[in-house]
Amino acid sequence: MRHLLSTEDLSLHNAIRILDTAEEMAAVGEREVKKLPALRGRTVVNLFFEDSTRTRISFEAAAKRLSADVINFAAKGSSVSKGESLKDTAQTLAAMGADAVVIRHWASGAPHRLAATDWIDAAVINAGDGTHEHPTQALLDAFTMRRHWSKLAGTPSAGADLKGMRVAIAGDVLHSRVARSNVWLLRTLGAEVTLVAPPTLLPIGVEKWPCAVSFDLDETLAQGVDAMMMLRVQGERMNASFFPTTREYSRRWGFDDNRLRALDSLGLKDTIIMHPGPMNRGLEISAAAADSPRSTVLAQVRNGVSVRMAALYLLLSGENREPAAAAVSASAAASAAASSDAPAAHAANPNLTYSHQESH
Amino acid sequence: MADQHQNADNSGAHLIRGASILGGAAEDLLIRDGVIAARGRHLDADVAGVREATVIDAAGLVALPGMVDIHTHLREPGREDAETVETGTRAAALGGYTAVHAMANSTPVADTAGVVEQVLTLGRTAGWVDVRPVGAVTVGLAGEQLAELGAMADSRAHVRVFSDDGICVHDPVLMRRALEYVKAFDGVVAQHAQEPRLTAGAQMNEGEVSAVLGLAGWPAVAEESIIARDVLLAQHVGSRLHVCHVSTAGSVEIIRWAKSRGVNVTAEVTPHHLWLTDELARSYDPVYKVNPPLRTDADVQALRAALADGTIDVVGTDHAPHPSEHKECEWAQAAMGMTGLETALSVVQHTMIETGLMGWEDFARVTSTAPAAIGRVQDQGRPLEAGEPANVILVDPAARWTVDPSKMATMGRNSPFAGRELPGKVVATFFKGHPTVLDGKLNTPYRWPVDALDAGPAGRRP
Repeated sequence: MRHLLSTEDLSLHNAIRILDTAEEMAAVGEREVKKLPALRGRTVVNLFFEDSTRTRISFEAAAKRLSADVINFAAKGSSVSKGESLKDTAQTLAAMGADAVVIRHWASGAPHRLAATDWIDAAVINAGDGTHEHPTQALLDAFTMRRHWSKLAGTPSAGADLKGMRVAIAGDVLHSRVARSNVWLLRTLGAEVTLVAPPTLLPIGVEKWPCAVSFDLDETLAQGVDAMMMLRVQGERMNASFFPTTREYSRRWGFDDNRLRALDSLGLKDTIIMHPGPMNRGLEISAAAADSPRSTVLAQVRNGVSVRMAALYLLLSGENREPAAAAVSASAAASAAASSDAPAAHAANPNLTYSHQESH
Repeated sequence: MADQHQNADNSGAHLIRGASILGGAAEDLLIRDGVIAARGRHLDADVAGVREATVIDAAGLVALPGMVDIHTHLREPGREDAETVETGTRAAALGGYTAVHAMANSTPVADTAGVVEQVLTLGRTAGWVDVRPVGAVTVGLAGEQLAELGAMADSRAHVRVFSDDGICVHDPVLMRRALEYVKAFDGVVAQHAQEPRLTAGAQMNEGEVSAVLGLAGWPAVAEESIIARDVLLAQHVGSRLHVCHVSTAGSVEIIRWAKSRGVNVTAEVTPHHLWLTDELARSYDPVYKVNPPLRTDADVQALRAALADGTIDVVGTDHAPHPSEHKECEWAQAAMGMTGLETALSVVQHTMIETGLMGWEDFARVTSTAPAAIGRVQDQGRPLEAGEPANVILVDPAARWTVDPSKMATMGRNSPFAGRELPGKVVATFFKGHPTVLDGKLNTPYRWPVDALDAGPAGRRP
């Protein structure tokens, strides 16, 4: 893995590898000193062409916990807003010695351009591009689902996939990079995905995606769902006639109190409710649903840091960079001794743990 | 390069020995004084002029009428950083063209007699091909008010093709009026068929690939609905309609239907739409960003079949050079368009001739005879017969070459065929009897008589 650009081309092997490494990183987050020396002396640039405080601070926390130097480059108020091209910005960062670029961009494919051109040699992590993909969001969602699914099965998360898990994703699929990344990753991990949306908010061509499509949220719930993921819907879509009113949207496609109650009456006691945030309470999700014990919203945020640590770690000190890996394994081993819930066998060395994954 | 003054008489006679005429039997052509002076199996020394002529051994080469592009962007005036009339017409000559129609979306827009005459003069001063200015349909391409179509028609540029290309004349009343009005001077409206509301922000063909890439879709129906409306309008007012760069299978069906009803409509396809598909957008490389967008393989196959059966009349390059900074960026930021003049012949050979769909005679029809007829270019697209104007090219169909945009004559480096091996190479181009290209390289331009630089259109003397 040289870059993390999308989940569409992420192999099962690499997906599991990231999720398992994230489990180890999560253990670090539970220690008193939440820091590893793994990326000491390496520079991670958060290159944000679009406002996203949540994603940016998540990546920043992840890089800092790995001891990397972090530079935040917000395109607003910078040379970019004065007309500097992506190429010049990238070459500038390359000249400054960036080892990894975490890029958030309003244009679909911008991270691919950075990775495919010779503008910059750094590892590129897609932190959300246009309406294309948001791979670390899908990975943190999968991480959250995997912990839940493994707990139900009474088996360890590490090494596991999501075979058999029924996931419904409801909302503005058309404009959602989260939905796309989730569909590909969940397919790879073996989950059964149903997209639920008004027909106007599904892309032409969705019928070729590896998932089911429904226009009826109640019917989807009635068929049984293990994880219900709600997508953010912009109320302004109403002005472009994607739906008549926000109230009608909420009634038909929002996860409201009635549907929260329906989970109980349908006997779906273990179903979790997910949302990538930020939420529009009262539009796509009711306050009661967002705050219910089923909600994993805050766990998702927490897991985001672990998953992003794993991505940075694997890209920057993966198989080719033994000294850093050794540093982490020494530290991780120490942490395993100190922390009861870190599976010691896996913590010993993230690079040696996943040989059994090929069987999936 | 020879001193231009030595070419004031456009240098002498040429005897082309043994060229396969339109892919048929090998014959000789004697080119002299701007015309094909003689044609025959073995022109012997008694034929006047043969003795003095420079002999070109054309064994294995195909002789064709000079190609006529109905759709070229030369960018001058206004965007000389992208292309000039000089560089664009050099590219045209190297690509086998002897005439190009320069689209109106320059800066200022070619919407007055003054601008089209300026482009005409630039073309004649360059001297590589016949530059036929296209006039804008509406003032400033704004789609609100008719430009002075009659003034452009009566100008020295003798405009017959009118187009807001790049922008659709989407107002149905305005389109109707334009179609009606150009009947007064035998003009044609060349429509860029794109329903604007259905394509707001559109980045690529709407379908399976755009769904995955998260790029805003340009649906086929946005093209087809405008073509359907326009053929009905053309029928209603009894006028002549040309449809630019047809890109979908559905458009082909509508045009086929319209032709069967006797509507006076002609249609064009670009070389890139005959070959490339939206799968290429997966690279997010904006060299594949073009308007209308690359479609699916089913569309490509339908376009090839339509060109072969005559539903689509012509190949037009839509040559659209851009400075590199407009392509070295994010897809959504990038300019739309591809170069085409120097690859058109090879791409058509690859997609239409080597597939067995067409022969060289058909090639001459779709690249020369038919576009000259649409543009009312009188001395182009003519038969290769004695007495005809000597706009002739020689093509080596057995040649193979690899596209390297940095070696092209156009200033644009945005060729979607970069790195591909293509068949067919233009060996020589004769424009008005003068070799603008020899041995596959630029020779010298044709020198118009001094008074012609300010005179009427090609083939006419005031």
